[in-house]
Amino acid sequence: MPDNAALLIKDQQLSNNNWQVIDKEQDIDLCCLTDSDKIILPFARWQENQSMALGKANIGLWLDSDEPAEPLASICHEIPLIAINFPVFSDGRGYSYARTLRDHFSYRGEIRAIGDILPDQMYFYQRCGFNSFLLRSDVNPETAIKCLNDFTISYQAGSDKRKPIFHQR
Amino acid sequence: MITEHSTKPMYQYDHYDRQVIKERVDQYRNQTQRYLAGEISEAEFLPLRLQNGLYVQRLAPMLRVAVPYGLYNSAQMRKLAAITRDYDKGYIHVSTRQNFQLNWPRLEDVPDILDELASVDMHAVQTSGNCIRNTTTDQYAGVAIDEIEDPRPWCELIRQWSTFHPEFALLPRKFKIAVCATEEDRAAFKFHDIGVELIHNDAGETAFNIHVGGGLGRTPVISQLIKPNLAWPHLITYLEAVLRVYNQLGRRDNKYKARIKILVKAMGAEAFAARVEKEWQFIKDNDNTLNVEAVNRVKAFFISHNYESIDDQSSNAQLQSQRLESTAFSRWLDKNVKPHKQSGYAIVNLALKPTGIAPGDISDFQMEAIADLADRFSGGLLRNTHHQNIVLADVKKEDLFELWQDCESLAIATPNLGYLSDPICCPGGDYCALANAKSIPIAEAVQRKFDDLDYLYDLGPIDLNISGCMNACGHHHVGHIGILGVDKKGKEYYQISLGGNMSREASIGKILGPSFSPEEIPEVIQKILDVYVNERTDEELFIDTYRRLGIAPFKEYVYAR
Repeated sequence: MPDNAALLIKDQQLSNNNWQVIDKEQDIDLCCLTDSDKIILPFARWQENQSMALGKANIGLWLDSDEPAEPLASICHEIPLIAINFPVFSDGRGYSYARTLRDHFSYRGEIRAIGDILPDQMYFYQRCGFNSFLLRSDVNPETAIKCLNDFTISYQAGSDKRKPIFHQR
Repeated sequence: MITEHSTKPMYQYDHYDRQVIKERVDQYRNQTQRYLAGEISEAEFLPLRLQNGLYVQRLAPMLRVAVPYGLYNSAQMRKLAAITRDYDKGYIHVSTRQNFQLNWPRLEDVPDILDELASVDMHAVQTSGNCIRNTTTDQYAGVAIDEIEDPRPWCELIRQWSTFHPEFALLPRKFKIAVCATEEDRAAFKFHDIGVELIHNDAGETAFNIHVGGGLGRTPVISQLIKPNLAWPHLITYLEAVLRVYNQLGRRDNKYKARIKILVKAMGAEAFAARVEKEWQFIKDNDNTLNVEAVNRVKAFFISHNYESIDDQSSNAQLQSQRLESTAFSRWLDKNVKPHKQSGYAIVNLALKPTGIAPGDISDFQMEAIADLADRFSGGLLRNTHHQNIVLADVKKEDLFELWQDCESLAIATPNLGYLSDPICCPGGDYCALANAKSIPIAEAVQRKFDDLDYLYDLGPIDLNISGCMNACGHHHVGHIGILGVDKKGKEYYQISLGGNMSREASIGKILGPSFSPEEIPEVIQKILDVYVNERTDEELFIDTYRRLGIAPFKEYVYAR
């Protein structure tokens, strides 16, 4: 499960983490939230409370690796932060979910990678539209930030602003 | 700057390509250092090294070097030869996906090997792992007489798109794309995750039929056509849509059910196609859409300006008289030399299956000699074939006799291309950690038993494909005769299948019956051939006799007591 004490990289730098990821099994009383409590709810939980949660600047949601982004097509713009969980780093579904949010739904909020987040995937995450990363606690953040820029050019379009090399030649 | 090198009809790296590969070497060097320092765990390093073609095998690591669609030049061959001497044991292996494999590199040396490869614009990117692998095509691309259009520019565009694709580095399973642009399919495109079939549409424009869900392995499947007549600008965006659907919906709970073929079967081809279509509507016309400039830039690399105008008739007359001088040359000409689209030229296959050598293996000495042959006779270019041989694609007919003599002295002139003694064979239990059984000694036993060329020619072309395990690297399912190594209570046994076919009339072989010990295999093959010889009608090929009779008479005779 996401480690809330872990280091956060946001927009290419080490940042303070103000958001708390709520576990699927974790009990939380949504009525008692103050404006300074920022929480990321499991998607199912968020759906149960959609009428209350939608549009709140301090409530985000997280998708697990078996929860595609399609249901968020028309509503994602009212969600400040969408996290995508990688239960193991080798489960690559989340990359496509992020791209769906960015490319299909033009989502402009924060997309945060949570779970088994490793430096050597940082470049790929970023090109797929993630802009914040909750690192696994044993990961060296300097290595992770360096890995964000493993490649300075790209052959193909992604969800970042890079154009395929063939347009530049 | 025009150099001699840059006039060769192959894709030439520019500073962008070189920068990508340089950054890759730096990245991998850093990853290896962190792994060796204990900062990256074994499990986390696994996909990193695999995406760089580095397996840990039975005796040593194995490094697979990428040869995009099988095409490379003599300078690259010489560099590879030097690498096998400096970092390995002085030989290399041609794989069934047109790549090269080093069998004995040290893990610590791999970053330096990558540096060496980068110096000749080569790499090991995505030659393994659950990502998009090397795109393959016809080994005669660009010179084949039955070609609609040269498939290599499209392969190159696919190569670039798929290289370090950020979204598809951790797919459910490996992903292989083949492009076919000929009447006779030499790319086995129906047995790939995606088979791209190049066509010309009614308006005469390039278009593609997209076939999805083929593959070998545990569950061999022939692919299905899901998108006919895709206009060329959309090739990349459509492939991306297929991959995005697969990445999200492909099974990840069981690695034996994780290939796209299982997903396409489970959903049904129509439902899968509809899902892709929906995805594609979002991304169609985005920045990955190809335009005339981008395609023409790549096409220009593959146009050969080096052909001389040669009178075919006088070349042929010369060959006729040379044939009379040497029966061996005549045989080689008939079997290993193929027609070329250009008058006065021919395609030459260098045979890498001499008896007693692992099929597809060549020594550093042979590699350098072959590089010299390429320079002298074929514009400095070479191709690896998925049959594990090497092709010189642009040889003048007037040079054939001289080339043949050199091939003879290098032991790469066995006139057996496409015959029983030219098997496809994986490295098997001698090298591979996955294998259940050895495959190289089986190939050798068959080659030893069937070494009479007249008998082999009388039998006609027969594809013998040998795999050491269910992963089917030796493509046993699609051999006319397939041999699969299995483990039976700790002993190596071999299952035989008949009737597979890699061509357009694709089929998957049927299992003959209970498996055999290694010693029994040559005799079993003999019995299968006896049935064929007794039953065939005039000029009927093995595969056709099998298709007419089915497996029953073969089974009956082989297992008769």
